Amino acid sequence: MPNIARPATIANDRQAAARSVCIRLAGEDDFDGWRDAARSLAAAEVPADAVHWQVGDAAGDLFASPASEALPPGNREIRVSKRFIELARGVLLHRDSERFSLCYALLLRMAEQPALIDDRADPMMRRAEAMAKSVRRDMHKMRAFVRFRSVTDESGDHYVAWFEPEHHIVRANAAFFVNRFAAMRWSILTPEGSIHWDGETLREGPEAVRGDAPGDDPVEAVWKTYYASIFNPARLKARAMLKEMPRKYWKNMPETALVGELIATARQRERAMITTDRASMTGDRTATLTALREEATGCTRCPLYRDATQLVFGEGPGDAAMMLIGEQPGDQEDLTGRPFIGPAGQLLNEVLAAAGIERDALYVTNAVKHFKFTPRGKRRIHAKPDAGEIEACRWWVEQERALVRPKVVVALGATAARSLLGRTVTIGRERGRPIELGDGATGWITVHPSYLLRIPDAAKAEEEKARFLSDLKAAYALLG
Amino acid sequence: MAQLSVQDKLGILADAAKYDASCASSGTVKRNSAGGKGIGSTEGMGICHAYAPDGRCISLLKILLTNSCIFDCHYCINRKSSNVRRARFTAKEVVDLTLSFYRRNYIEGLFLSSGIIGSSDYTMEQIVEVARALREDHDFRGYIHLKTIPDADPALVEAAGRHADRVSINVELPTERGLKRLAPEKSQPRIEGAMGAMHRAIEDGGDARRRYRSAPRFAPAGQSTQMIVGADSATDGDIVLRASQLYGRFGLRRVYYSAFSPIPEASAVLPLQRPPLMREHRLYQSDWLMRFYGYRPDEVAEAADPATGMLPLDIDPKLAWALKFRDRFPVDVNRAPREMLLRVPGLGVKAVNAILSTRRWRQLRIADIARLTVSVNKVRPFLIAADWRPVMLSDQADLRRFVSPRAEQLELFAA
Repeated sequence: MPNIARPATIANDRQAAARSVCIRLAGEDDFDGWRDAARSLAAAEVPADAVHWQVGDAAGDLFASPASEALPPGNREIRVSKRFIELARGVLLHRDSERFSLCYALLLRMAEQPALIDDRADPMMRRAEAMAKSVRRDMHKMRAFVRFRSVTDESGDHYVAWFEPEHHIVRANAAFFVNRFAAMRWSILTPEGSIHWDGETLREGPEAVRGDAPGDDPVEAVWKTYYASIFNPARLKARAMLKEMPRKYWKNMPETALVGELIATARQRERAMITTDRASMTGDRTATLTALREEATGCTRCPLYRDATQLVFGEGPGDAAMMLIGEQPGDQEDLTGRPFIGPAGQLLNEVLAAAGIERDALYVTNAVKHFKFTPRGKRRIHAKPDAGEIEACRWWVEQERALVRPKVVVALGATAARSLLGRTVTIGRERGRPIELGDGATGWITVHPSYLLRIPDAAKAEEEKARFLSDLKAAYALLG
Repeated sequence: MAQLSVQDKLGILADAAKYDASCASSGTVKRNSAGGKGIGSTEGMGICHAYAPDGRCISLLKILLTNSCIFDCHYCINRKSSNVRRARFTAKEVVDLTLSFYRRNYIEGLFLSSGIIGSSDYTMEQIVEVARALREDHDFRGYIHLKTIPDADPALVEAAGRHADRVSINVELPTERGLKRLAPEKSQPRIEGAMGAMHRAIEDGGDARRRYRSAPRFAPAGQSTQMIVGADSATDGDIVLRASQLYGRFGLRRVYYSAFSPIPEASAVLPLQRPPLMREHRLYQSDWLMRFYGYRPDEVAEAADPATGMLPLDIDPKLAWALKFRDRFPVDVNRAPREMLLRVPGLGVKAVNAILSTRRWRQLRIADIARLTVSVNKVRPFLIAADWRPVMLSDQADLRRFVSPRAEQLELFAA
């Protein structure tokens, strides 16, 4: 029971202080003491700012010096909802010294206005809820981050932990550890006090210091091995870790000693993973290309599959040194399922032959793999694929590139260039020069052969064709 | 080969298990060790005992019994043709390791999986033996998650369900064609058949419990699955629909999405480009929208770009949906039903509950909303309060820019 004291006469010039009451609670987490006192105070209609709350024998407010005179019993009956009691039970474990008066002030308001418990946007309720939440989190983190070390004495194994909680939660959290480690002998030591379980009874002990707990446990090395191995360096997200495992807990968790090095070496380990990746590629590329093509036949990544006859995948050797990317299949390609066989394909063959390049040695594909068209009468008129369609189909082109791994990739036209570089490209500005693609391959941009077919002026068409030829030659020359 | 110590084996077999995203210890019944010979307890809510620098929770001892495997799945580091170092635990080693970690409060329990050795039945037998020894020989009452093998004998699967809190079978890839290409020995009908059988067994177990209090519990934390994102051609829209189908057909507790991660000793079949981790995050958010915010799968899919089928990476799917269906906003916080409040970007389930609780007694003003949310500026354009009405804001063309997070904030998750 707390000691409820009304101070005797205090200095005359402090009228307000003269009315103040000092309540002494048995401990930092003395909820029952607070509740009994608060009930009496509220019954006597003592305002919140006239109560001074004090824990133990600590020196309190000078003007609220204790005397043993009891409060006159009030006659107001106080009823508050159970939910408020639960809230206060949490808040009172908070380390904030204002928690007692905050809860008492809330209690007074609650008595007048019972609906306040539902008013979750009320600033005072908000504050109380935030404090209760912080306490719940601290209790949860204690359950998570307590680390026992094993010592053996004459009665067998004893598991001892040192923990520094943020709030006054140790006693409130004891039941969790009793239920979990019922058949184990354990102690949790904290700067505020300690709890000991011998398999049957829970005892409380005085405050402890870190040195009271054992300094090591051989199993910690095994645990650290686990911690380091379960971490995937290819997914470094240090901030997400810090959010849930703040640094203030680190000093009592053995595995956190590894964090710095794990983060520092993550990038390098990830790179090594990808490098071995490429160096030691196993598997039959041609068979894989066939499987990829088969997977692609069911593609619905963009709506173009609905109207097209079939998907037209790339063609050529699985280890081709040069890859050509066109725009999309045309009418004939759509019907036969093979790339570059229509008029533009024939022109391409002609120019390749003139350049001395064997088409069968190239891997030839398209940026968009379904025919996009607008029907006009019985004819299907070519329509340009939009950025979304190019983006959706890029997945396949990148798979093809990843598998074939050509040294040189030639993009024919703006659609292919967009697919290759992932951005809008002006052909006139970027054609005819090597572009570093980042994965060791070189890109080269030129026009699409169908462009040559659309030039009405014959002389101009010849001129452009010659330019196209020299572009292809130059790209081919990059192979060395 | 020199004899490996338990610690060496742990290094290899935890490394081999790290590509599995799930480590949850939640969703099971309450248990404690009071009156028992052993240790262990479970609460409804799981506990993460540590976090790795990849931001993932470490709740369970997640290991493989062995990383030897007769299968050759291309995305898997443990496949037959990989040159990775192999190791194998005995059942007793896993039991001892689990108990010694548990006693020191490092873990909530065990998540045991395995490469396929010998036959499916043999492998499943070994897994079940670990769980049996923990439960029966050591009276272990902590959490156990077992991976079950699609073709294993139903009697073994039944035993797994009796000892485990949660069981799981991975569907591996969102599309059947992808599975065929990347895991040629696995088959979608077999995987789904096993998930269906598990679903029925879990339901039967629940029915039996309702009739007889003494009936044994069967996988009280249900079953979950995982799919790899970015290794096949499935779009976000495809994945969302597939996940909702799995939730519906097999009563799954969770679907985990794991952005395909580069692995050492990779097969040439894998894409070299890994998908952004943000994509995985957006899929989890859309999963949340279906499970807690009352969005239908097709509605979530509507948040994706219609041309590419992909969810935006720069904004979350809830905001993307709201920007697309602006005519549904603003929502009046003092009158709108719960379902509509849940659609306001920036209002979480807790904030919505707080709004509903408060407005029974008084009108909410914008300052009240500010106290209930992280960022009132983000929600402001989408709602009406007693003293607030957005002035044509939801018609503004640049609304997206206004409510989107700044690029540098995005880096937080993208790293």
